Parts: sequence; structure tokens; C-alpha cells
Amino acid sequence: MTTLTLSPRDRAMLDGEQGAAAQMAMCILTTMAAVYGASELLDITAAHIDGCLYHGYSGLEFAEKLVAGGAQVVVPTSLNVGAMDLIHPEHFQGTAQVAEYATRTMKAYEAMGCQPIYTCAPYQTGYRPAFGEQIAWAESNAIVFANSVLGARTHRYGDFIDICAAITGRAPAVGLHLTENRRGQILFRLEGIPERLLDDSVLYPVLGYLMGSQSANRIPVIDGLPTTVTEDQLKALGAAAASSGAVGLFHAVGLTPEAATVEAAFQHQPPEQAVVVTLGMLRQMRDKLATVPDGVVNVVALGSPHFSMSEFADLLPLVEVYPPQASVEFIVCTNRIVQVNLQKRGWLERLLAAGVQIVVDTCVVVTPIVKARAGILMTNSGKFAHYSPGNIGFQVVYGSLSECVRSAAQGSVWRDAGLWE
Amino acid sequence: MTTMNARVLVAGTTSGVILKLDEALSLWGGLEPTTGEIIDRRHPQSGCIVSGRVLVMPSGRGSSSASSILLEAVRLHTAPAAIITAEADGILALGAVVARELYASAPPLLVVSAEDYALLTDGREISIAEAGRLELHDDTHYPTRIEP
Repeated sequence: MTTLTLSPRDRAMLDGEQGAAAQMAMCILTTMAAVYGASELLDITAAHIDGCLYHGYSGLEFAEKLVAGGAQVVVPTSLNVGAMDLIHPEHFQGTAQVAEYATRTMKAYEAMGCQPIYTCAPYQTGYRPAFGEQIAWAESNAIVFANSVLGARTHRYGDFIDICAAITGRAPAVGLHLTENRRGQILFRLEGIPERLLDDSVLYPVLGYLMGSQSANRIPVIDGLPTTVTEDQLKALGAAAASSGAVGLFHAVGLTPEAATVEAAFQHQPPEQAVVVTLGMLRQMRDKLATVPDGVVNVVALGSPHFSMSEFADLLPLVEVYPPQASVEFIVCTNRIVQVNLQKRGWLERLLAAGVQIVVDTCVVVTPIVKARAGILMTNSGKFAHYSPGNIGFQVVYGSLSECVRSAAQGSVWRDAGLWE
Repeated sequence: MTTMNARVLVAGTTSGVILKLDEALSLWGGLEPTTGEIIDRRHPQSGCIVSGRVLVMPSGRGSSSASSILLEAVRLHTAPAAIITAEADGILALGAVVARELYASAPPLLVVSAEDYALLTDGREISIAEAGRLELHDDTHYPTRIEP
């Protein structure tokens, strides 16, 4: 078994020379490094924290114990969503007790010096690590985007260990931090997919969901995507792949930075498996994302990962022509930075006037925001489609952005007939 | 008495009766921390109570939020006495190590070989001693599993 070797600074922290919180963080980190089989810790330049989302009182106690022990992050650290929309607290539909604990959890992380951007798309909100940077990021879509699209390097971190890395500036040298573990393993080759579908954002969550469910914890490589693919499309693809599988990194040949060629993506070794992706397989996966084919739409939820300015640019003209019926809750989740930009451009007023509800700091599948108690939720997000039935008890219909908008306008599912032909 | 040596992920000594699961359990959505009940209705041991038992299962599974559930179970005194798996699981280890920091108590977490795993049968009493030494009491059997 590998022995963990600590630097003098690591050891000093572990001995409590930098305070109780740093000692606790280093103790957790070194125990976990031993579990992972790491031989050393490495320096990180940034962290992204998922632990600010309230799951139970113990998570709050953990954060407040760190604060009491004098915890301060030592690298630029962004926060993922919390359980409250602190800008619009009236959106919260849960109890006052949970609202208090959820808010205290978020504030505890702020007190440690984390940046309160509360978004699952920090990479589009000013926290965008560079190629090759070693970072400790939590939240599955953020992890897969940082590794795949930016070429930064993070292992798949989660609650508790994320803040320990931020406080100590260190992470176990394992997994996706290391070049040899970033090699592609399973090849997905697109064949005979119509151009119109390749252009439409509706394809990417479905393709990601397919890759995730077939990859499990292997690294997928995708070949055959057009060079016109947008960042938001890759964001949607990664988020869906990380929902259906333990995907922390994918390579897209000719698009992502470690995949100039198929050979480069596989680090010049043969793929362990090759899968030909056909239109039929994609249609099947599209149907798996939904729990019902059709019906009266109660909620339209967009923005998982959080909606970007360019996604709002697509939504605004559509929703102004086809505003939602009053009976439909039309919710878009984004972050407070994007909301300020919407305001500056005069888009916020127009969206609200059209009947769109903007939610920031959180999202509809992690906390009670939706007012309806049951029914059909329609979305263009693979992640919302995956988590809505289990987390908030809604039936799900999956569709393109324009299908979602048109469905909200007529109050029942509207289909763009030629989309999947 | 049969003895064996396990790899220690989170140290500790305890003893208890084995609750052996036929399949891996995702604690998130699979364990109710207020009651200690296995609530994944697709799981073969759905309805069993893990509290105070030595939980033996192939591995952890699923969401990283499993560490939060284990931590909540320790806070609410519904956690297993110990967890023994056949494969190391970082998510469970994280929940246990944070519990140790926060509540000064955590179920020891150990990993055994495939051969030893097969010997850990349901209802047997087992002691977990220092350095991952396991003592399986051969003449004991407390069948408490709920048969479907």
C-alpha cells in the first residue's frame, strides 16, 4: 500500500500550528488521501464548494465549527448553489426553520471567505480556471466542465472535502489530477445524425445522458460533433453525462483541449470499447429522459446548469412572441451576476413582463421553489429531467427550448415535428 | 473463533451483529437517517434497520451526498456500529471521518478481501479490534433480517 508523505507545511497544519480549523481540515484531507491511496498532496489554485447547500443540521454544524475555529480559504473559492434564493427569499416554499438553517449554512461559507456567487456555472461567472490548473472543484457538472472544456484538473470532490481543500490549499494527488488518469477509455462515434439535430441544443443533453449511462466511471471520447458546437451545448452535454454516470471528464475530438485527435484523446492507446451512436439510439435515450410523452404542462423549468447570457438571448425573443399561460409556472434558474447583466441590458424587465420567474442562488430540484405540488414539469435540461421525478415528485417531459416555450404558451406539450427526423 | 485482518479506512474498535446486504446500498435515497431504516424499496434488504449493526455490503454506491446521510445518522444515533465493505469507498469514508471530527464518534470503516467477505455471514457476532483485526464468533447467530 502507498504511504502518504506530507510536506513540512502540511504537517504543521496537522499539528495545529495554523489554528483549529486548518487542523481539522488537514486531518480530514489526509485521512481521505490515504483512503484514495495518494502518495502526496498537491497545491491547488482554486476551489468550488458544494457544501453550502443545506442537507441536514450536521452540515450546518460542520460549517459553523470551521468558522469558530478561524477557517479562511487560502485560494479563490466560489460557492455552488444554496437552498435559498437570498435575493428573492419569498420564492422559498419550505418551513421557516429550514430557511433559517439553509441561510446560516450559506453565510457560514461566506464567513470563511468564499465568494457568494452561488452558481453551478462558476466557469461562466468569472471563475474560469486555465488549462492545466490544479483545482479542487465540487458539483458534478462544474467538475466535468472544468476538466473537459477548460482542461483544468480536478478530482470528483463533494461536500466537506471541498472546503478542506480550500482552507489548506491542498488536494490528494490522485485521479483526474494526474495525466495518466485522463486518458479516454470508451469511444462514441456519431453516425448518420441529421445536421439540423446536430445544430440544435436539444441534442446535447440526450447525447450526454447516453454517454453517461454507457460509460459508468470510464472516460468517454466523442467523435463526430460539428466544429460549430457552442460552449453552452458542451455544458449541457457534460451535465447530463454526470447525471447518468460517474463522468468527471469527457473528450470531444477537435473541440476539447486534450483531444486534438482521437489518438490524443486516448493518449495513443486503443479504446477499451467503441460505440456507434445512431439516430435511433438517441431517440430512445430522449424518451428515457421523460416519464410521460405528453399532457398538460404545469411547470417549465430551465437553467440546469444555470442559464447563461447567451441562453437568455435565445429565450427572450421566443418568450416575447409566445408568453406562458398564467396557469404555467415558467421558471429560469441562473445566478445573481447574470441577473445584474440582464438588468443592465433591460432584459430582466422584459422577461418578467412576459411572465418568466427568475430564480437565483439556487435551483428548483434542490429546494422547494415550485408552487405546484405535482403534475408535469417540462424542461430542456437533462439534469432537471433526471432529478425532478425523485427530488420533487414531478412527471417530466423533455424538449427543446422552443418546444418548452411553445408548450408553456399553449398549456400542453407542443412538438416541433421535424426535429428528430 | 475465526480471525481476519482488514484494511482500515477509518479506525475504531467495536462489536456487534452483522447485517449483510445482498447488494450495494446508496445511502442517499437509501437510508433514512432519522430511523436508520433502509428505505430503497428496490433493495433486497429494504425495511431492515442498520442502527447498531455491523453493516457488511459489497460497496457504497451513488451520489456523493451519501457522506451527508452517514453524518446525519451519526448525529441522530442511528448509524451502524461499523461498516465493512469489499471495495474501498471514499464517500462513506468521508462521512465517517467528518463524523469523527464533529461528534467524536464514527463507525469504523474497513475493507476485507473477497475471501474474507464471503465468511462474514448475516447474524454472526463480530468484534473489531485494533489495527483492523476482526474476530468472528463462530457459534453465534442472531437472524434479524427481514425476509421478503
